[in-house]
Amino acid sequence: MTAPTTVATDVVLKLTNVHSYYGAIHALRGIDIEVPRGEIVTLIGANGAGKTTTLRTISGLLHPREGSVEFNGQDISRVPAHELVVKGIGHAPEGRRIFSRLTIYENLLMGGFTRSKDENTEQVERVYELFPRLRERHAQKGGTLSGGEQQMLAIGRALMTRPDVLLLDEPSLGLAPILVQQIFGIIREINASGMTILLVEQNALQALSVANRGYVLQTGEVVLSGSSRDLRENEMVRKAYLGED
Amino acid sequence: MSAAAASPTSFASRRKRLAEVSSRHRSWSIVVGIAIVGTVLPILAAIPPFTLATPTNAWMDGFTNAGVFVLLAIGLNLVVGVAGLLDLGYAAFFAIGAYTYSYVASPFGNSILGIKFVEVVSPDIAGLVFWPMLLVGALVAALFGILLGAPTLRLRGDYLAIVTLGFGEIVPIVFLNADAVTNGTNGVGGLARPALPIIGSFSALNPWPYYVSMLVVVAVVMMLAYRLVESRLGRAWEAIREDELAAAASGINTVTAKLLAFALGASTAGIAGVFNASKLVTVSPDQFTFIVSFTVLAMVVLGGMGNFWGVAVGAFVIYTINNVLLKVLNQFFDQVSFPILKDIDFIQLQFLLYGLALVAMMLWRPEGLFPNSRRQRELHTAMTEPGEDELVTAEATSEEGQR
Repeated sequence: MTAPTTVATDVVLKLTNVHSYYGAIHALRGIDIEVPRGEIVTLIGANGAGKTTTLRTISGLLHPREGSVEFNGQDISRVPAHELVVKGIGHAPEGRRIFSRLTIYENLLMGGFTRSKDENTEQVERVYELFPRLRERHAQKGGTLSGGEQQMLAIGRALMTRPDVLLLDEPSLGLAPILVQQIFGIIREINASGMTILLVEQNALQALSVANRGYVLQTGEVVLSGSSRDLRENEMVRKAYLGED
Repeated sequence: MSAAAASPTSFASRRKRLAEVSSRHRSWSIVVGIAIVGTVLPILAAIPPFTLATPTNAWMDGFTNAGVFVLLAIGLNLVVGVAGLLDLGYAAFFAIGAYTYSYVASPFGNSILGIKFVEVVSPDIAGLVFWPMLLVGALVAALFGILLGAPTLRLRGDYLAIVTLGFGEIVPIVFLNADAVTNGTNGVGGLARPALPIIGSFSALNPWPYYVSMLVVVAVVMMLAYRLVESRLGRAWEAIREDELAAAASGINTVTAKLLAFALGASTAGIAGVFNASKLVTVSPDQFTFIVSFTVLAMVVLGGMGNFWGVAVGAFVIYTINNVLLKVLNQFFDQVSFPILKDIDFIQLQFLLYGLALVAMMLWRPEGLFPNSRRQRELHTAMTEPGEDELVTAEATSEEGQR
């Protein structure tokens, strides 16, 4: 994107005091997060810290019981998921969630469900440029792809609507180290083209190496936030998430 | 070796070309297909050995009744096979369609509505109402589909199945107990038979008008069903069946899409209900028990979920076996005095045979007799992708096991 500097500093996503529940379980306990345009922001934390819940709350798969979610200055905390896709939120959900019986091409078209045929034809081409591997295997069924390819497909599918912000949930989950490198390379590349990214990761080291800033979540609360560099040097983060003593 | 390899390939390519042509001219291929089947059946019914089993007219009558189940199977296939929502109470919508017709087309129903219609006009005129009632029955059933769907479609899988099972029980019980408006256990009788301008009212003695009408209704419903599945909504259903969360994340309004699946499936049952009521000229609660829901589901599964031709053939075959073949078997073994077999009443064994057939199918042909191409590909890919087939079959087997 050729965004001027004034736009580069504005906020795409702003969560204020967000409380989310799964039935009676209080999963998010008042979360404040800001995602500035053009940046990669990462949420790190252990299992059950509320990272995935945060993404689901943003993408409308879950609605907060309290607090507000603003997207481009508009409150979206009550907007259903399918409308948020149209508004410009792309979500590559946890566990990839590929349509396993559909081909790669059909998966991508499904991602562009809300767009016109012409837009999709164009956008599929862009996704194939980003992931040449998907073009090679376009007629293969999603379920027969390797983990890394499925992750590429999940990201590609979320990019089909050309969203304003891309939510990535654990893209490195279950991937071999070399593929993790590759996926993070691609994330950097997508970001370099102007895409704002909110990245959820357990692999804190990798996440902090690509992100501009990060939030550390613990049992549904933000316990620490700051620039990636600060977080990487933080004593607590080093001990708990980077595995250093 | 090349010759041996060439013949299956050319057969496969010819089949593929036929499939391509039929998908490009879907509506025409349905009309042609139904016309062919519709012509062949009466011919079979008029020649031995079929005439030995039962007279031609009885065959024709049976075929028309089978058509009712073909309609039901097409409708349920939309809900279960395409959208992936397990509905165990489908007979409820069949009942709603039938009762809807009875209110307009019977003296009792008219008195409930406070109108005088069937008693004052001649049967030749009264029967004309059958045609618009096909549509009204569809609409009323669709409305109830939405009423049931709206509060329950948040549920998934097993939970949804249980709720629909409950609905399927509640509806006939309401018809049974709401004596004042449904005539309770006796049901509503004396329904007007359909009529057409020149030939007048249909009759129980002549199965042909019913038969031809059924062919037309099945063809129209089948065309609409294919149109739907190939539409945007059809793609949404497919996505929901595969993964509801991913569908929502792709911008599909899953609530609306599921409601529409329920409503449109119900409307097909409504049409079948109107048709069946007009043929039996009576409706009563015992026509719509769980057995009907179960039978239709078995037809969909055995025929091949997702493929409309498959489930139509499945419905036809199962209905014919149930209602004709078992009787014929009894007669046959009686006549030849075959030891042991002559003492078995095959009609009583109907559900045992069903069960055995279902178990056998799930073991050896889980995709159904006439699967849709996607399922077929998934379960039998040994020929095409030697590198991948192990992965595919392993995945498919584990998936089947979980169901």
